Amino acid sequence: MAGWRIALKPGADLAGFRLAVRRLVAAAVPPEDVVWEIGDAPDLFGGIGNGSGVEAEESIETGEGGPIALPRAMTALIEAVICHRDPERYALLYTLIWRVLHGERALLEVSSDPLVHRLDRMRKTVARDLHKMHAFLRFRRAETPDGGEHFIAWFEPDHFILDAAAPFFVERFRALTWSILTPDGSLHWNGAELIRGPAADRQDAPDSDPVEAGWRGYYESTFNPARLNTTVMRGHMPKKYWHAMPETAAIPHLVQSAQARVKTMLETEAALPLKRQPAKAVAAMAKQAPESLDALNRIIAAAAPFVPGATRAVLGEGPMAPEIAFVGEQPGDQEDLQGRPFVGPAGQLLDRALKDAGIDRGKSYLTNAVKHFKFEQRGKRRIHQKPTTGEVTHYRWWLLKELDFVQPRLVVALGGTAALALSGRAMPITRSRGEATFGTRRGYITLHPAYMLRLPDAAAQAAAYESFVADLRRSRELASA
Amino acid sequence: MDEILTNKLRILADAAKYDASCASSGAVRRNKGASPADKAGLGSTSGMGICHAYTPDGRCVSLLKILLTNYCLFDCAYCINRRSSNVKRARFRVEEVVQLTVEFYKRNYIEGLFLSSGIVRTPNDTMEQLVLVAKTLRQQRGFRGYIHLKTIPEADPWLIEQAGLWADRLSINIELPTAQGLARLAPEKNGATIATAMGQMHERIAQARDERRHFSPAGQSTQMIVGADDSTDAHVLQTSDSLYRNYALKRVYYSAFSPIPEASAHLPLKPPPLQRENRLYQADWLLRSYGFSVEEIAAGGENGMLPLDIDPKLAWALKNRDRFPVDINTADREMLLRVPGLGSRAVDKILSARRHVALRLADLARLTTGLGRARAFLIAADHHPACLIDRLDLRQQLAKPAAQLSLF
Repeated sequence: MAGWRIALKPGADLAGFRLAVRRLVAAAVPPEDVVWEIGDAPDLFGGIGNGSGVEAEESIETGEGGPIALPRAMTALIEAVICHRDPERYALLYTLIWRVLHGERALLEVSSDPLVHRLDRMRKTVARDLHKMHAFLRFRRAETPDGGEHFIAWFEPDHFILDAAAPFFVERFRALTWSILTPDGSLHWNGAELIRGPAADRQDAPDSDPVEAGWRGYYESTFNPARLNTTVMRGHMPKKYWHAMPETAAIPHLVQSAQARVKTMLETEAALPLKRQPAKAVAAMAKQAPESLDALNRIIAAAAPFVPGATRAVLGEGPMAPEIAFVGEQPGDQEDLQGRPFVGPAGQLLDRALKDAGIDRGKSYLTNAVKHFKFEQRGKRRIHQKPTTGEVTHYRWWLLKELDFVQPRLVVALGGTAALALSGRAMPITRSRGEATFGTRRGYITLHPAYMLRLPDAAAQAAAYESFVADLRRSRELASA
Repeated sequence: MDEILTNKLRILADAAKYDASCASSGAVRRNKGASPADKAGLGSTSGMGICHAYTPDGRCVSLLKILLTNYCLFDCAYCINRRSSNVKRARFRVEEVVQLTVEFYKRNYIEGLFLSSGIVRTPNDTMEQLVLVAKTLRQQRGFRGYIHLKTIPEADPWLIEQAGLWADRLSINIELPTAQGLARLAPEKNGATIATAMGQMHERIAQARDERRHFSPAGQSTQMIVGADDSTDAHVLQTSDSLYRNYALKRVYYSAFSPIPEASAHLPLKPPPLQRENRLYQADWLLRSYGFSVEEIAAGGENGMLPLDIDPKLAWALKNRDRFPVDINTADREMLLRVPGLGSRAVDKILSARRHVALRLADLARLTTGLGRARAFLIAADHHPACLIDRLDLRQQLAKPAAQLSLF
């Protein structure tokens, strides 16, 4: 019987293992005929033979092996188990691969199988080690030669996970300069490139950081002595990690003093308040709502927009207690530039229609459901985007409050967005056009003037305009009735 | 870090530690924008969340959990920061919180920030300050780590909604299981206001999710204090159940009322056993992931209280012995989930493995660590607990681990 000796590089040699597996499978070598070795100077597929002097039938060096199709879950398992420190890992994995390729395709689904179970435990161990490295590694600040910040960490993982841990730190600290030093190797990130370095020594990392005192203070204060439970703490954070974590220096004292602190709390009787009760301040709390339209407008102007794009808030304008308040969808490009509602093309069309309907714009109140211009930048143009139901709802409280102050006799919703904002539910214009009630307010629903601008032919535009003016006349009658 | 800031941090961390929630899970990746702050951005979120340390109470430190200030105009009896308490007070400036978060984050101490506050001036003013911290972190520092904001239900709706623009998770504390308890112990709070705010957030979060917008992507959670009033476990679980149903909360946190320095005279003298909180968490899992109803769970105990010596699933099983033993090789998922000692992951492994082999006890031992509790309730290819299930001392046997025998 032929024996095969495979030597792989120290650490997690995924490339070497993959190559070996491909060739071993191609040569149909059963797991019991393979000896896996780890060497500092791997003679990759050099030594062949099982000591009995019988040469292998075919040298792996010359054997060709293409990729092997394995279930996806297996690749993930292999990539994880490879990082385990157990020297048996390659032999176990190859046995698993062999069985999967020889009639047990669904082997991974049988978690109760002793081999699957063992490999799964190894996978979990590696995953935990990786997770703990992400969690417990601590950077300390040093300086780069040009005076910038350089964050350096010393960590001792149980397994060969340094490379597997790298993407997490790169993603999280991409803009920083950092180094992670371990006894198995080191990683250096300069803001653009990850460099793998040699094994390091604990002394290579800084031994303190100016922020650590504050962090330790936080750690001590967030501990609740009444719930002391060191078993759970140690289960999650075994002692082997403590040396690299500055806050753990506080643990012995926290544990020792806990009981006495609780005793004091329980024995101390409820004390009377030393300070006078702030009755006035408590009463004043209730008066927090804006008390005027100006106050509300200041709030709206200062708040962050609920829609993307949005450079500034365009507030409503017009007299208080008007006959009619018109509510549109949102400011457009021109409105956003000038900071006033209905001054763009749709606004000009509205002006014309108001005149034709005998309504004085100066005596009406005009505002929008959404106070910001939602747009998408395309080159130099800012393209109007219709606000979603959720976005309209975000603005609703402001709109209703605004109308509470303005107190119009009639509210005219121009278009579906306004109708949605005023009523709180979607209302298709075609079906709900005409008189309406918004909560307790008298209302009227009609088109948005921009709708007419989008109609393709002149005849349709003219017809829509006529009906729009008719709606405006009708609302004027309702408002003055 | 200067001493004044360090001292403030101590006071305001101490003031925040009674909030149990510390999760950093459920966030979605934040897009890198084009602004300079975004390019120099800091941080990421991981779906499962990370605990960066554990304190000797066994609790996880994931977020920098602090109050903006512990000055407070409210007078909630269970709270160390109520206006009538003589606790030391402090107040952070917005920039100080931002600085602390960033410096801690850069050293890999934390996943992000959990910010709450006492109510100063008005709920609106306070909420505005909380939102400002989150906004500054996101906009000026390009911070992409986790932000959990405690929202103040008494603030105006638009302010609560602004918080959703910057936070990964929002929470509004329900505080006590019943409205009566709240009225008695927290005079400035109102159950209806809290429910309205939760309902509002639920609607906005669901809408934003449908519209694929970024708005409190990790949802909302809440906290209930256990043992400060006379509510039973059944009351507590009924409240949780309705919160999960009505507002799709991600989590309800239970905080066993813990003795505090400067305690109010309105509080019970003795804190409840910590085990009670633990049992409630187990029962909560049964509600959310194991198909149990509140009534079933409560029936496992006496007078609406869960047993403290055994877990709620085992308590239910002992009172429903006619449903057992269950054959692990044939039973459906729903019934397997009801076997004491079997978690949902073990059940999934059983379902997958038994399609290929007939499971024996030794197989099962490799699939779950809860076999000790489970074996009396199940049938395997080589195991039938014929008389075990009817034993009168089964409860005793399972409640206490068998005493070690020593050879002499």
